[in-house]
Amino acid sequence: MREAVQSKTDTVGESPKLAVERTPSGLVIQLGGEWRLTRDLPQIAPVIRELQTTPLRKVTYDSRALTGWDSSLLALVDKISERCKQLKIEENRDGLPDGLRALLRLSEAVPDNEGARGRVSAPNFVAEIGGDFLGFMGGIGDFLAFFGEISIALGRFLRGKARFRGVDMATAIQDCGVRAFGIVSLISFLVGVILAFMGAVQLEQFGAAIYVADLVGVGMVRDMGAMMTAIIMAGRTGAAFAAQLGTMKVTQEIDALTTMGISPIEFLVLPRVIALFLMMPLLCIYADFVGVLGGAAVGAGMLNITMKAFLNEAMHALTLGGVIGGVVKATVYGVIVAVAGCLRGMQCGNSSSAVGEAATAAVVTGIVYIVVACGIFAVIFHILYI
Amino acid sequence: MAYGDFVVMRDLNFTVNRGEIFVIMGPSGCGKSTLLRHLIGLNEPARGEVWYGDVNFTQADPIARRRMVRHFGVLYQSGALWSSMTLAENIGLPLEEFTDLTRDQINEMASLKLSLVGLKGFENYYPSQISGGMQKRAGLARAIALDPHVLFFDEPSAGLDPISSRLLDDLILELRDSLGATVVVVTHELASIFTIGDNSVFLDPGTHTMGALGNPKDLLDHCDNPIVHRFLSRGDSQNPDAAPDKGNQAAAAKAAPSSVRSNG
Repeated sequence: MREAVQSKTDTVGESPKLAVERTPSGLVIQLGGEWRLTRDLPQIAPVIRELQTTPLRKVTYDSRALTGWDSSLLALVDKISERCKQLKIEENRDGLPDGLRALLRLSEAVPDNEGARGRVSAPNFVAEIGGDFLGFMGGIGDFLAFFGEISIALGRFLRGKARFRGVDMATAIQDCGVRAFGIVSLISFLVGVILAFMGAVQLEQFGAAIYVADLVGVGMVRDMGAMMTAIIMAGRTGAAFAAQLGTMKVTQEIDALTTMGISPIEFLVLPRVIALFLMMPLLCIYADFVGVLGGAAVGAGMLNITMKAFLNEAMHALTLGGVIGGVVKATVYGVIVAVAGCLRGMQCGNSSSAVGEAATAAVVTGIVYIVVACGIFAVIFHILYI
Repeated sequence: MAYGDFVVMRDLNFTVNRGEIFVIMGPSGCGKSTLLRHLIGLNEPARGEVWYGDVNFTQADPIARRRMVRHFGVLYQSGALWSSMTLAENIGLPLEEFTDLTRDQINEMASLKLSLVGLKGFENYYPSQISGGMQKRAGLARAIALDPHVLFFDEPSAGLDPISSRLLDDLILELRDSLGATVVVVTHELASIFTIGDNSVFLDPGTHTMGALGNPKDLLDHCDNPIVHRFLSRGDSQNPDAAPDKGNQAAAAKAAPSSVRSNG
């Protein structure tokens, strides 16, 4: 019996051919044509089927009709060999080209590392969801544990027992303070403009356009100033912290600190957290001011409200509690961004792609926790009548 | 040693004697660097303990551990210099942290350590401004900044040309003799193994345990483990003149299972 398994016809050269022939001494796998990766290759399934159903316990190869071959043929024979081993069928490779036999020997020289392979098995869908959930919960635990470590380091710093280089903190302050001015100005101004536009359209209908100033003032100072600054800093500084520390992890610079008895938390994380802790309230106050200016620009341009009247009305609407609340929020958000960035950097793997993943994770973690914190603040401020 | 369920090595049990150069050898991917990371506390063993003298390093609390690692000097594969600091600052940092030396004294000390590794005059260079081989030597200067009791080298010859590699071997021997330090070297460079190794352990990736323990030259002559013999004889045939120049100090295996004991 001869079962031919023809491939699609190719335009260049003879197409690769694969056939199985049953002979009294066993199965003969006939190989012919030009076996190239770029060709349409014959299916292996009929051969495997034949191997499973045949009562014959020996396989040989006939490659006399073979005109050329590359890894595509190697992969095919490798699969057949593997299946032969599983089915305990004797395999004779004498009929294969010498080079192919040598490559097969090479691929089989090192035994398969079963343990290593087991680690990359893909979980099923439910297990994946469960794993993700546990990962998220574990992430909260990691965040809190890391925050605890930073608090201990801060305590040691305040007692004069922990040290870091002043220049590192100065650089971090410069990076997350002065250098962030441009983007914070732009975004805050535009948020002020957007708030004013949204309010103006509605309030004009009631002839209450002046209250746009109240809306923008209260909105910016209580929430939007802190929130937008925090989101900008999460994308800008949090990601930068994660990338810096992640790269240091990859290049073993963090290991070098650890094995020298210098705590990376004290030396690398603490100055960054302190820098953002100090800069965020200042950036927030600046963002509030620029945002109100944005609103005033809309008031002046669209609603015929003078700058002075707009600012007066906005000031009138603000309370001290609101202003302090906004600044407190910004400070907390700043710590969240710094801790998330440093945590993801310290958790970074040992490859360049892991650095990118750490930066992404830092931004996502930072923003998620900022929004969660914002919700918690809303409840607390409501209870405190702020 | 394990990563999750995957066991890298089991039943490791060896002693490193004070003042000897101990080589951790084996084929690529067998777990040499992982073992080193366990010895210096960067990884925790799944089971077993690491001892330094009479102190259990694995069980030590973080503060005791930090005190102990100050007596370690580690040269990483890539040098692992802190990229935001100059070479002088890299070497000065441990001095600044753990000594009361003045700034001038620290700078002098940094220059001295750099001159020991042939990098005098490079004090104000950043790591990115020097070659890989120089970074490695600067990493060595940093590793010996605090005159460590135990020096660890992770693949010291990786990425170096044969001459630089040989010079680094000579430097390791000189540092051991002059500082009186115990040296642990992870390498698969056979020329280095025979040149500097007093004692060695061979990690067998097939059985996931120690393939052999002893002086590399003795192992070549007498070890009956075919994998160890094949590994070492390839090197010997490439370097027929290579022979250990230090006396054999036999390693003493300890009774505790899965333990690594260093008497450094």
